[in-house]
Amino acid sequence: MADGGLPVIARFEVRHRNYLAPDGSINRPLPAFASDASLLASLYRAMVLLRNFDRKAVALQRTGRLGTYAVSLGQEAVSVGIASAMRDEDVLLPSYRDNGALIWRGVKPEEILLFWGGDERGNHFSGPVQDFPFCVPVGSQAPHAAGVAYAFKLRKEPRVAVCMFGDGATSKGDVYEAMNFAGVHKLPVVFVATNNQWAISVPLRLQTASETLAQKAIAAGFIGEQVDGSDVVAVRAAAEEAICAARDGQGPRFIEALTYRLGDHTTSDDASRYRPEAEVQARWKEEPIARLRAFLAGQKMWSKADEEQLSAECHERVEAAVERYLATEPRRPETMFDHLYADLPEAYVAQRRQLAGEGDV
Amino acid sequence: MSEVTLVEAVNLALARAMEDDADVVVLGEDVGINGGVFRATVGLQTRFGAERVLDTPLAELLISGLCVGMAVQGLKPVGEIQFMGFLYPCIDQLVNHASRIRNRTQGRLTCPMVLRTPHGAGIRAPEHHSESTEAMLAHIPGLRVVIPSSPERAYGLLLAAIRDPDPVVFLEPTRLYRAAKGEVEDNGEALPLDVAFVLREGRDVTLISWGAMLKETTAAADALAAEGIAAEVIDLATLKPYDEVTVLGSIAKTGRCVIVHEATRTGGFGAEIAALIAERGLTSLLAPVARVTGYDTVIPMARLEQHMMPSVGRIVTAARKACQFS
Repeated sequence: MADGGLPVIARFEVRHRNYLAPDGSINRPLPAFASDASLLASLYRAMVLLRNFDRKAVALQRTGRLGTYAVSLGQEAVSVGIASAMRDEDVLLPSYRDNGALIWRGVKPEEILLFWGGDERGNHFSGPVQDFPFCVPVGSQAPHAAGVAYAFKLRKEPRVAVCMFGDGATSKGDVYEAMNFAGVHKLPVVFVATNNQWAISVPLRLQTASETLAQKAIAAGFIGEQVDGSDVVAVRAAAEEAICAARDGQGPRFIEALTYRLGDHTTSDDASRYRPEAEVQARWKEEPIARLRAFLAGQKMWSKADEEQLSAECHERVEAAVERYLATEPRRPETMFDHLYADLPEAYVAQRRQLAGEGDV
Repeated sequence: MSEVTLVEAVNLALARAMEDDADVVVLGEDVGINGGVFRATVGLQTRFGAERVLDTPLAELLISGLCVGMAVQGLKPVGEIQFMGFLYPCIDQLVNHASRIRNRTQGRLTCPMVLRTPHGAGIRAPEHHSESTEAMLAHIPGLRVVIPSSPERAYGLLLAAIRDPDPVVFLEPTRLYRAAKGEVEDNGEALPLDVAFVLREGRDVTLISWGAMLKETTAAADALAAEGIAAEVIDLATLKPYDEVTVLGSIAKTGRCVIVHEATRTGGFGAEIAALIAERGLTSLLAPVARVTGYDTVIPMARLEQHMMPSVGRIVTAARKACQFS
């Protein structure tokens, strides 16, 4: 009996998953997939590619050739770990910082540059045609994920919706409403909160009094788990387990990936205004790429030559994407009407004509 | 063919759409066993099952957001919001997602959803139950905003809305749910969207309205006829995008226009029509365009609400004045 003689009717626990320590050593036995050296190498390659892509995107922005851009610096393991556990036929509903997940799923880097460069054609993925585009209004994609998962369930399709958002989004009703509904109907959906500690300048302690974000799943009636979001093995293991459970009809899961945004919020932000450099420097010691490289090198699965070759490959791939992006002809102004409706209503035909220089409205 | 009320016509259209297309899903608060607070969905859950007629948690944002997710996956969701005053949490989803996902993905993803909600005052409902903020919705690019004014048009326009490949907000005149009766043949035939209906023809003045206010507008036309004034009555029906051709054609004929809406005046949809006529119909005008609207105030609760809504007398006076203008 608790104080006052009142019975305790429920207790909850939130688990934290981690395999690789910051120095690349192993904390506990690795999951089965980690014995696949080529898979681990591909996760590593994807993270390095993303970091190279980020660096180039920022350079493009600084030289006026790209719009505002949100870097993934320090968070590469979340994007890559989650996406790598998905099947092609699953549907990703990403937030604006999940470039790595999109690239893993087959969206071309030049499409992502087009998006951040201010061209809607970047959202016309040549890759996974049913994936959602980046969601900009924070957390508003969570109800979509529940709707997508409901459609899967209604049609008895063994597919899973994976919805990614940041720590700030968990303060929004949208996210709770979606999770609540997903719990009621045991929907095949996995919610992923990338907890990078900062919602622009607002630190987690002003975002929530919850000890973890993972525990927010408890109110919705399903399992929430915290993972070390700088450990790609842990992220992938948690994602694989959650996605498999969702596919098997066991209902939704929530994953809180605990990580750190080493960069600014976007290229329009200056994080030095609100957080101490010492904090950022300390977090650099935990970042995911060096961690996995240390592990792979320790296991003799990665050599200096491999690293050099990868660097060259990434450079080449990013440069080629930038070239294709910069060479993309701009859209004609009147095309802004072309996908407004399935068929352009008569009422707007004259406006389109005016944009085309074919007459006045 | 049988005589049904407007809300029964809505029910007939929903049942027909669900029968014809397994992708149609109805969702909302109390739409299942209770059949909706106005009984628009009565009997549907028994007939089509709880997976396709879905009682949602009490969360309007969720209903609209679920519709977006379902629709992008190729379902045809028809969400119900119990009253227009509770629609506002859906605005984010309508503005930022439903109405623009086709555009922002360049046609890769589309959103064939319908969001239904009662519209307008006049049933002595509690606060927040009597709104008519259609102008707010009609301002959103990529959306369709449709308001029927009779059982026949409720049936035909709702079928059209469900079959439309783009998102539609379907506003149902609460006051007419049971008050309006008419012959509806449940033949699965849709009426066209984006098209205004000329309810009666006339030479002297054009009366333009939509939804429940067509009741007073038509009564005003009757009263004017008794005075020898032949009013043309236009049911705009689709507010976004609206039928400019029919509006301008009528003004070219009559030279006079009175726009009638229940919603507050400032920024109301009447202003849009008046502006259109000023821009493209000015030379036809024989009198200033007049608006007969709700006042620029919060919709009063039951005891005063009838004073907010345009009366037959106000419409007749405005039309008479337009006809006497020299």
